[in-house]
Amino acid sequence: MIELSHLTKRYGAHTAVSDLSFTVDSGQIYGFLGPNGAGKSTTMNIMAGCLSATEGRVSIDGYNIFEEPGRAKRLIGYLPEQPPLYMNETPWEYLRFVGEAKGLRGHELERQIKDVIQQTKIEDAASQRIFALSKGYKQRVGIAQALLGNPRVIILDEPTVGLDPIQIIEIRDLIKELGQSHTVIFSSHILSEVQTICDQIIMIAKGRLAAFDTPENLEKSLLAPNEVILTSEAAANEVQVLLDSVDHITGLTLSENAAGLVTARIQTDLNDVHDLSRAVFSAFSSGGKTLLELTVKKANLEEVFIELAHAEEEAAESEVAKA
Amino acid sequence: MIAIWKHELKNYFHTLTAYVFGGFLLAAVGIGAMLYNIQAAVSNFEFVLSFSSLIFVVIVPLLTMRVIAEERKQKTDQLLYSLPITSAQIVVGKYLALITVYLIPLCIIAVYPLIFARFGDVYLPTSYGSILAFFIMGAAFLALGVFMSSLTDNQGFAAGIGVAVILVNYYSVSLSEYVSKTALGSAVSLCVIILALGTVIKHLTQNENLAYGVSFVLTAATAITCLTDRTKFEGLLPAIMTELSLFDRFTGFINGVFDMTSIVYYGSVIVFFLFLSIQSLEKRRYN
Repeated sequence: MIELSHLTKRYGAHTAVSDLSFTVDSGQIYGFLGPNGAGKSTTMNIMAGCLSATEGRVSIDGYNIFEEPGRAKRLIGYLPEQPPLYMNETPWEYLRFVGEAKGLRGHELERQIKDVIQQTKIEDAASQRIFALSKGYKQRVGIAQALLGNPRVIILDEPTVGLDPIQIIEIRDLIKELGQSHTVIFSSHILSEVQTICDQIIMIAKGRLAAFDTPENLEKSLLAPNEVILTSEAAANEVQVLLDSVDHITGLTLSENAAGLVTARIQTDLNDVHDLSRAVFSAFSSGGKTLLELTVKKANLEEVFIELAHAEEEAAESEVAKA
Repeated sequence: MIAIWKHELKNYFHTLTAYVFGGFLLAAVGIGAMLYNIQAAVSNFEFVLSFSSLIFVVIVPLLTMRVIAEERKQKTDQLLYSLPITSAQIVVGKYLALITVYLIPLCIIAVYPLIFARFGDVYLPTSYGSILAFFIMGAAFLALGVFMSSLTDNQGFAAGIGVAVILVNYYSVSLSEYVSKTALGSAVSLCVIILALGTVIKHLTQNENLAYGVSFVLTAATAITCLTDRTKFEGLLPAIMTELSLFDRFTGFINGVFDMTSIVYYGSVIVFFLFLSIQSLEKRRYN
């Protein structure tokens, strides 16, 4: 559906996007993830045809966005980070203009405007001026605009930023709904959001592709659990002695809380972290000490994210150092 | 393009800009008609147009200042870029809306000579020839205004520069009598113009090499011509100032000469500034 190959965007000496390549298939929801300034908006702007690239190509369903922008843009609905709204118009007037600019006329135009208004649930605001609408409604009007012309791909740049929790949930539900009939790419820096809605995650850091996979696979491959946390009633030195008898421990942190309970975080190089759990359990049982809790630390995308961003940063720095 | 035209037109009538523009233009022509045709009982309507042409200094920037600057400020230019329309369609659509707003008061003005003709001897061909020229001259200023608006996201700045440029254009013939007529003076001022051109090129293309290249080649050409044949430069600067004046060319029409070269000149000014505006819009895609 969308193919990016070796996309690079430079602003003078600053490189916003560097040699980015990936392919987006139709009918799925893609989460575009990265810290602020990672190049998300730049990439989306280029995909939507708002910005030129320094190098590389973007093709939408086979149409190159730089060479055949007219055809390629018809396949895309785009909502930039700041919804581009004419404040002194009503949503109805605004949508009529966008629809006409997208080449819709007559009954078809009326029908589609009605459809997108219904789909984005802005019926009761359709005849108020946009400046008087709440932020959530403005965002919906922006999304409605992107839906006009029935594009195959919807690109949404941080659609939930600045909304209250209820509005965020509503927009997420809307995105899920859109995902049933369109390919949706939306950017965010909130991990839980991406994790819950997306079929695929595209993670970028410092303008480079850091990871591209399903949320589950990312968790599995990038953060295979290797840490066990236990809480015991034994004294700290006793815990230390017991753990010394266990093999394959690569890291250990002990801490004692006010109630006298000792918590230990144990890292291992074993492939299956449960082997460590077993070994720790048998060590404690043969030593006759009680274990109150024994948990394997769950994988967390948040950490994957920080780790990847960090790794990319180091890679970029070492490249600079080499140069 | 039609969508842009309709949208812009709706906006002008929503925000009163069209009414203010039309009101000013009608008031200026009305006062002129009072003074010349009624009080002084002169039957030439073209003098009225000559008198009221100064009003362009105020009303053109008033109408054009927001045309592109506002889109940038509100970030709605992002929407325009993402729509399946070209920058040329955007600029031309917006320009045609401006022309439409301008034509409405002009249609009312076009009735005046007919009314006056009922009460006296009005030579209609000169009157209507002048009205046509007045329209095309105004259209050229509107194109200039669109370009000024495309350079910034600050409406006030666009308006200010617009007023200044049109005012200088209005007085350029009178001013040309005071500037240096010597070859050296002309050559120096030509170099200044070339450097200004280079700056515009640099701003529009973000290509320093191109800007420096053009400036260098033109400056070198000026220097060589100046050294080989000084006489070519004598009186050149005042001549350029007179040639560039859009208002000065209008005088010919008032004197009853329908000069096609002037019409072509106005046409070229329109095409030139619309082209620059399109480039200015395209430039945004690159940074």
